[in-house]
Amino acid sequence: MIHYLFRRLLGLLPTLLIVAVLVFSFVHLLPGDPARLAAGPEAGPETVELVRQDLGLDLPLHQQFLRFFSHALQGDFGTSIRSKRPVSTEIAERFAPTLWLTVAAMVWSVLLGGVLGMVSAVWRNRWPDRLGMTLAVSGISFPSFALGMLLMQLFSVQLGWLPTVGADSWRHYILPSLTLGAGVAAVMARFTRSSFIDILKEDYVRTARAKGLSETVVVVKHGLRNALIPVVTMMGLQFGFLLGGSIVVEVVFNWPGMGRLLVDAVDMRDYPVIQALVLLFSLEFILINLVVDLLYALINPTIRFK
Amino acid sequence: MTEQTTPASPVAAQQVRTPAAEFWRQFKRQRVALWAGGFVLLLVAVAVLAPWLAPYDAENYFDYDALNTPPSAAHWFGVDALGRDIFSRILLGTRISLAAGFISVAVGAVIGTGLGLLAGYYEGWWDRIVMRMSDVLFAFPGILLAIGIVAILGNGMVNVIVAVAVFSVPAFARLVRGNVLALKHQTYIEAVRSIGATDAVIMLRHLLPGTVSSVVVYLTMRIGTSIITAASLSFLGLGAQPPTPEWGAMLNEARADMLNAPHIALFPSLAIFVTVLAFNLLGDGLRDALDPKLDRN
Repeated sequence: MIHYLFRRLLGLLPTLLIVAVLVFSFVHLLPGDPARLAAGPEAGPETVELVRQDLGLDLPLHQQFLRFFSHALQGDFGTSIRSKRPVSTEIAERFAPTLWLTVAAMVWSVLLGGVLGMVSAVWRNRWPDRLGMTLAVSGISFPSFALGMLLMQLFSVQLGWLPTVGADSWRHYILPSLTLGAGVAAVMARFTRSSFIDILKEDYVRTARAKGLSETVVVVKHGLRNALIPVVTMMGLQFGFLLGGSIVVEVVFNWPGMGRLLVDAVDMRDYPVIQALVLLFSLEFILINLVVDLLYALINPTIRFK
Repeated sequence: MTEQTTPASPVAAQQVRTPAAEFWRQFKRQRVALWAGGFVLLLVAVAVLAPWLAPYDAENYFDYDALNTPPSAAHWFGVDALGRDIFSRILLGTRISLAAGFISVAVGAVIGTGLGLLAGYYEGWWDRIVMRMSDVLFAFPGILLAIGIVAILGNGMVNVIVAVAVFSVPAFARLVRGNVLALKHQTYIEAVRSIGATDAVIMLRHLLPGTVSSVVVYLTMRIGTSIITAASLSFLGLGAQPPTPEWGAMLNEARADMLNAPHIALFPSLAIFVTVLAFNLLGDGLRDALDPKLDRN
């Protein structure tokens, strides 16, 4: 297992390096002069030159990259153009709300998706299955920003049950996490259903039934545990989807997280913040995929010995 | 001794189905997918004929006496905050959303299929480069990559299409590469190679047709996702700009009036939902009809 982990980590290095190069080049691909952008529209040529030297933009490209890379490793992404505060401070404040929102969305979507998928598989081709799968395909097809607006209109504006925007209490988490998790719940329901259908055809399930066990024991004890293996993998992969989805949902609910910070930064062309967030989001995504691979290898020995 | 040859009976000849006939036989059993396909055709017709079907000018008609009014006989989907007819704007928006979804995925599919063919057929360096590129693109959540690309290229619908196309490429490249790796060791490919066919002929005439069905299925399923991504970017203010009647942009504009005129948000939401749902159901049906391994019971 340690050998497999080492091999996977080694395999990640080139990807990480290319991602770092891409994120670094981002500043040079932006239209306009980055030093002028950082100095602001009113700055004179001397100020722009000073900013250029300060940011190291006058150095040869490879030195700029090494500088960017070594600073990034120390968590230093420079100063936000908009707020004039260190980018790391800006992100640190926004990290927890996004993390908790993502976790809350994952928890309920896995639970709901799992139950929906299981029910659909057990009552395959009957009305619970049709209802479950109709809900699932609708969940995949409904855009999260539209769902968020409709939920907000219904539960916050018309019924007045839940707060509209902000992240101050657990009640603030309900609507954004439902909105963010709807798509994942739908994917999980479809995936659990097909995984369960395969499992219910296995010989050991037939044996369990032949022993005279009740259908509940067969489904929960023998079916669920085995069907969960691919579902766990899928769950990890969906984290990436949630990370991306949080960007849109945070804008709808005015959530003080990293997604909204990114959209605001793109709006203001605040490139140090964009750079840091893109790097952070993709790092998270890569790490989650690695953890999923490791989990999978842990569950399925044929993968790690290949 | 004369060898007696019996001509194939007409009944036997009838039983041999072409792949297209077999596909149609499987596909037409799926009522939901058939309906979804019909609806997609209707959407295409609406997209083409939108300027003639729309009762009012989608961008330049303003009814200042009916601001934010709910659906009525004169304005089927109501009127927005600037006095524009929402029904006409939804009809015109069909054209933009379908074009964004289809063009971006088609471009991604063509480039991805080309790269996947080369990677799978030649393996070695080609394969390593294409797969490494895919790994890098897969290292970004889709919408994040699109936002990054739009941040570089600037706001606008064309740049959104480019962004969505870029993140569609690796998915198609991987899909086709996998198919080609499986197909290229088949006997018929060995046979073609043994009669001296060039690499280009083997790839384009013999390997490509074998990958078409999975590409078509994936393309159909991907169009729905791409319509949502493009609409999301417009919703975030990065795609289509006002007064363009793009569904995501319309929803963004509707946010300000959610309290007193929720119908302005309702109809673009439903338009996106119904369109994406149709493509997803059609994709599911195509997959079921084209996958010979699928358990149909």
